[in-house]
Amino acid sequence: MLARLIGILGDFDLAEDALQDALLSAASAWPLRGVPDNPAGWLVTTARRKAIDRLRSAVASDRRHRDWRELSIAWDTGDGSEPIADDRLRLIFTCSHPALTLEAQVALTLRSLGGLSTEEVAKAFLISETALAQRIVRAKRKIRQAGIAYRIPPPGELPERLAAVLAVLYLIFNAGYLSASGAELVKVDLCDEALRLVGVVVDLLPGEPEPLSLGAMMYFQDSRREARVDAGGIPITLEEQDRSRWDAAKVATGLALLARAQETGRVGPYLLKASISAVHVGAPRSDLTDWTTIVDLYDRLLEWEPTAVVRLNRAVAVAMADSPAAGLELVDDPGLAAELAAYHLYQATRADLLRRSGRLDEAAVAYRLARGKTNNIAEQRFIDRRLEALAAAAS
Amino acid sequence: MRYMLIIHNDETHPLPGGPGWDELMTDYAEFSKQLASYGRPFTGDPLMGPDTATTVRVRNGETLTVDGPFAETKEWMSGYYLIDCDDLDQALRAAAMVPSARFGSVEVRPVAEM
Repeated sequence: MLARLIGILGDFDLAEDALQDALLSAASAWPLRGVPDNPAGWLVTTARRKAIDRLRSAVASDRRHRDWRELSIAWDTGDGSEPIADDRLRLIFTCSHPALTLEAQVALTLRSLGGLSTEEVAKAFLISETALAQRIVRAKRKIRQAGIAYRIPPPGELPERLAAVLAVLYLIFNAGYLSASGAELVKVDLCDEALRLVGVVVDLLPGEPEPLSLGAMMYFQDSRREARVDAGGIPITLEEQDRSRWDAAKVATGLALLARAQETGRVGPYLLKASISAVHVGAPRSDLTDWTTIVDLYDRLLEWEPTAVVRLNRAVAVAMADSPAAGLELVDDPGLAAELAAYHLYQATRADLLRRSGRLDEAAVAYRLARGKTNNIAEQRFIDRRLEALAAAAS
Repeated sequence: MRYMLIIHNDETHPLPGGPGWDELMTDYAEFSKQLASYGRPFTGDPLMGPDTATTVRVRNGETLTVDGPFAETKEWMSGYYLIDCDDLDQALRAAAMVPSARFGSVEVRPVAEM
């Protein structure tokens, strides 16, 4: 309902205030006159009237900024009972408009579409409530002052804008996924919230393969939530995880979503990434993983995302499909090395491939390099364990 | 809403008579034609280089005049358009069509209507 009002009024704050007014009216009117046949429509109509009242009282002090908006509200004469789908979609696209910072996009998406309070969102992102509130206020102000439209992007811009929406949702998911393994266990489940929001986008754009694929990817990732760390919170690699602890129901949901995405006959980066995940979940044991297919999928993903990180992941797949030495050759590519030298997972990957190639001394050096590049205690302990194993093998 | 497209360039931008200049001018003529075809008011001009700039400040009633731009930076304002749009998306599309956006950057700012 808030989404519908923001869509009509073109203003977050005004919509929130007007809805508040309408709820107060309902609290006094409904007990006396009974609940109307269409409570939602009644609330929207009342809120719209309240918004006009608010604008009129503001007009005296602030006429030139406000009266155009009064016109646009008067023009929208729907009774508020029509489907709200378009309003939510408009709002989703507005919240992740590229003219806003990514932090603002995330905060705005969670606050206006999610079911979380400001306090919960702030806690989940480890920032103060004041900082979050400021972030949201600034973003709302920019939307209003810079004239960011509440609109579903035209077909020509849809892929790019949809990618921005999905990037925000995946960031929310990962914030939840990564924090849950750290020392600080956050009460709020951002993973569930992100899954719910992807579900909303899938419902609104059922013919688009990318939201379905992102949903699939999240379910696959989520299915490993219990299996990916040991009792001490240290990460367990995909290879070493106890696959019987993967959540079969979540895997099945992911596979169903991916199948729907594939039925569209269109390809995108999330579809390829979800397909890679699906190969992993399809292997009953890690040594039965179809790495050749994974290498193929990475080749196709590189056409969409020619990034160093994708190249690194492809090199790992080559190491598994072919030999550690073949993977190492790709990892040691000078261009890749230069771009990723500061990235701890690059050093850790290189260390792992050196270890598998039997070059244990060099592996130890690379592990130490990786350890110095991460502040995450769990990852440091993971590397320490590898170093101990190397020392034991050497003696 | 009115927006100003503020064009910033650095020394990689083609110079009058230099390589790429004629092509750039053709593109600007095309861009202006396209803006005119929308039938909405717009204006715009290129500026002379920062070496022609003079900066003026008035402090305690006294006028201080200094040779040079407001700030010495690697990019400088080299021109502007003032256009009328429905919303930011339209203005951003127009900004992406400014030929100099290929070399420098175009800052999009809404006009504060007083």
